[in-house]
Amino acid sequence: MTTTTIEKTESQVTPAEATWDGLLFRPNVDILENEEELTVLADMPGTCSEDIDIQLENGTLTLYAKVRGRQSASQRYALNEYGIGDFQRTFRISQTIDTKKISAEYRNGVLTLHLPKTEQAKPRKIGVKAVK
Amino acid sequence: MLTSRYNEALPINRLRGAMHRLFEEVLEDSASSHSGHSQAATFPALNVWEDTSSVFVEAELPGLTLEDIEVLVTADELTVKGNRQGVMSEKQVYHRQERGTGAFSRTLRLPLSLSTDKVSATLRDGVLLVTIPKAEDVRPRKVEVKTLPA
Repeated sequence: MTTTTIEKTESQVTPAEATWDGLLFRPNVDILENEEELTVLADMPGTCSEDIDIQLENGTLTLYAKVRGRQSASQRYALNEYGIGDFQRTFRISQTIDTKKISAEYRNGVLTLHLPKTEQAKPRKIGVKAVK
Repeated sequence: MLTSRYNEALPINRLRGAMHRLFEEVLEDSASSHSGHSQAATFPALNVWEDTSSVFVEAELPGLTLEDIEVLVTADELTVKGNRQGVMSEKQVYHRQERGTGAFSRTLRLPLSLSTDKVSATLRDGVLLVTIPKAEDVRPRKVEVKTLPA
């Protein structure tokens, strides 16, 4: 069951990339798997559920969250240790996911995405009968 | 290991990022606990700014609730501390684990001219904002300019 099912497709060394309308950040994620589903947890502080866009197409999962600036763009900082911008991250998923049953919730700045496996993908216990 | 998103545009953070990557490459196998320690000392990352009446300190603390966070203020120091719990339960395997867990604490020196007895803090969608009003005597005051009679 513990085969690697998710691969990252984008470069790891660029936390922020400039885009035409601001900065784009790669959120930190945890990806967990149990018999029933894959669970993705993504740190996306400062957004809201209406501004999060999740797409799963041809085995490519894309998470995107728009983050509205909390200070004006011209704000000068006494200390500026992190930038504020949208979040985006893409994964390749090789497991078969039951797309109709995908659910997601956003709480305290963390997106939790549940990707239930299809019945065929779930591990099945094969009973072994003793033959006399 | 607790990490945050540094503002890559700043030279000091670019340098820090480059150094960190360098050390990560060199120490990848043997000393993960060492690099974890140095990162924990700078978590959470802070943005600090001011207006005429207050100083604002902002930190991103996704996954934490007010019960997990302590904001402590003395006459000249602000400390943000807390603990982020892991999500691991039985029968689960991690494919990727980037979100840090564990205890963190960060202390910021404050200028003495703040009224630290009137500090307020809010936590919304994983963003902590601490507002520290300035003492009355350092707020800019409008000075009336009078025309002297000729």
